[in-house]
Amino acid sequence: MILGILFTVIAPQVLQLFAIINLTTIIALAILALSLALVWGYGGILCFGQTAFFGLGAYAYTIAAINFGGSTWAILVAVLVAAAFAALLGYFMFYGRVSDVYMAVITLTVTLILYSLLRRTSGPEYKIGKALLGGFNGVTSPPLNVPWNPSAILFPEHVFYAGMAALILSYVFCSWLVQTHFGRVSVAIRENELRAELIGYDIRFYKLALFTVGGAVAGVGGVIFCNGVGRVSPDVFSLHDAALTIIWVIVGGRGTLIGPVLGAFGLFYLTSFLGTQGVVNNNLVLGIILILFVLLVPRGIVPTLVRWWDRARARRMSQRRELRLRRRRGAGGVASEAAPGGGP
Amino acid sequence: MRGEVVVEARNLSMHFGGVKAVDRVNFNLWENELRCLIGPNGAGKSTFFKCLTGQLTPTAGDVVIRDFTATGRQPHEVARLGVGIKTQVPNLFDGLTVEENVLLSARKWHAATRARALTAATLERLRIGDIRHHLAGRLAHGQRQWVELGMVVAAEPWLVLLDEPAAGMTHEETERTAELIREINQTATMIVVEHDMQFIRMISSKVTVFHEGRILIEDNMDVVSADPRVREVYLGHRRQ
Repeated sequence: MILGILFTVIAPQVLQLFAIINLTTIIALAILALSLALVWGYGGILCFGQTAFFGLGAYAYTIAAINFGGSTWAILVAVLVAAAFAALLGYFMFYGRVSDVYMAVITLTVTLILYSLLRRTSGPEYKIGKALLGGFNGVTSPPLNVPWNPSAILFPEHVFYAGMAALILSYVFCSWLVQTHFGRVSVAIRENELRAELIGYDIRFYKLALFTVGGAVAGVGGVIFCNGVGRVSPDVFSLHDAALTIIWVIVGGRGTLIGPVLGAFGLFYLTSFLGTQGVVNNNLVLGIILILFVLLVPRGIVPTLVRWWDRARARRMSQRRELRLRRRRGAGGVASEAAPGGGP
Repeated sequence: MRGEVVVEARNLSMHFGGVKAVDRVNFNLWENELRCLIGPNGAGKSTFFKCLTGQLTPTAGDVVIRDFTATGRQPHEVARLGVGIKTQVPNLFDGLTVEENVLLSARKWHAATRARALTAATLERLRIGDIRHHLAGRLAHGQRQWVELGMVVAAEPWLVLLDEPAAGMTHEETERTAELIREINQTATMIVVEHDMQFIRMISSKVTVFHEGRILIEDNMDVVSADPRVREVYLGHRRQ
């Protein structure tokens, strides 16, 4: 978190405006990764369509901001729409006791339905209030403004600050949430649903609540995203983005919150680096990374590093203990040898 | 001696396709009783057990726990009546520590501080205090059984349903478990599914024998073990 704040302060000083705008987009994606880290990593709910809530957040923000002529309430609307949609979808899945695999299929399908639905909205008849949906071109998003002051529009570097603040706050919120009793029960449900039920927890309710919170966090990411990019198009609902989100979490590590955030940052820079050279196909590399991780580092980077660190520390501790013991034994040995000599 | 009936199964049937796993069973359990359900494999004990705990919805008939009709309810609704349930194969939160496992159970009923105290007491009582920081998934089978028992006990249930609590245990562990069951029975009504006859002798209770989905006989262990039908069921057909 301290690193995050440092990053927030330093980055605009050393980076160029283009890089900052780019960073804002990644921050938004990192928030998306964070939301899936919560839902999948902690709750065990494999949501293949976390981008649905992310994209809906972005669309809801844009449409609301155009209609309200300001971003203050639009942010709230965006988060609420994302959460409400997650709650509705979650209600049918959890209370219908849909199994894990079908849950992944359903969430992915919902995202893809939104994708093709919004691509068809190119005519002038498709508008919500004053906002034209614009088909596959999408809609231009009004930039964030200072709360309750629509004329004071934020510049890109300020949007970056807002994005970083959103990421840090979301991270702190999620970290707090997983520590609470609610968070522990969610983890318990991930570990064993039947046992959680037999103890008396209504797992449907817990899953739904966690899923809804995850949807809201993804919605926050969506708001930052359309501000970073400047527009929102149906591409946020594409299969490519839905799969990428899963890959970030797998690479970063399930069961941690920081892992997927770092995964999003790392893979984004990797792909943009690969984009600058024309030798290998981008998606091919991503695919190879995914396969390598699933085979070799199935827990993801952060949990694996933590494990190595723990092991190294345990080894160091035991070595130190052994040294201490040996020293003591050495000292004891001298004393016992000295004792008979000093006898009679 | 007999108080009120706290668990009642009325004409309970559970059919899987053409298989009648439980067939029109009528069953009564009185308050403070310790009842064992026995029977050979496939007799319908576990299916009956699952119908009681809400894990299966019976094909026909009703389960009534106190005044609550438990038929077709969710498992957590049955658990919330104050029923502690241990499954045949231990179901634990494998990725969590033993302490957290027990705490999650105690925390369902009590505020944080009381739950912690109760957890500590339970770990002590079950003598699993020294493995409290171990991950449940790494434990040996016998230890897993006890952790699950600990989760049941920590919730302080008034009705305890145990499915094969001594399965896979060493002789000493089994004795300790029997002792524990008698202890739990001081404050709770119990049903224990078991097919280890020796174990049932240890806890010496009233026994209900299942056979082919029906109740064959219901009596004390001495009467039951002397019954020719029970011997026949357990040892194979010897009637000429």
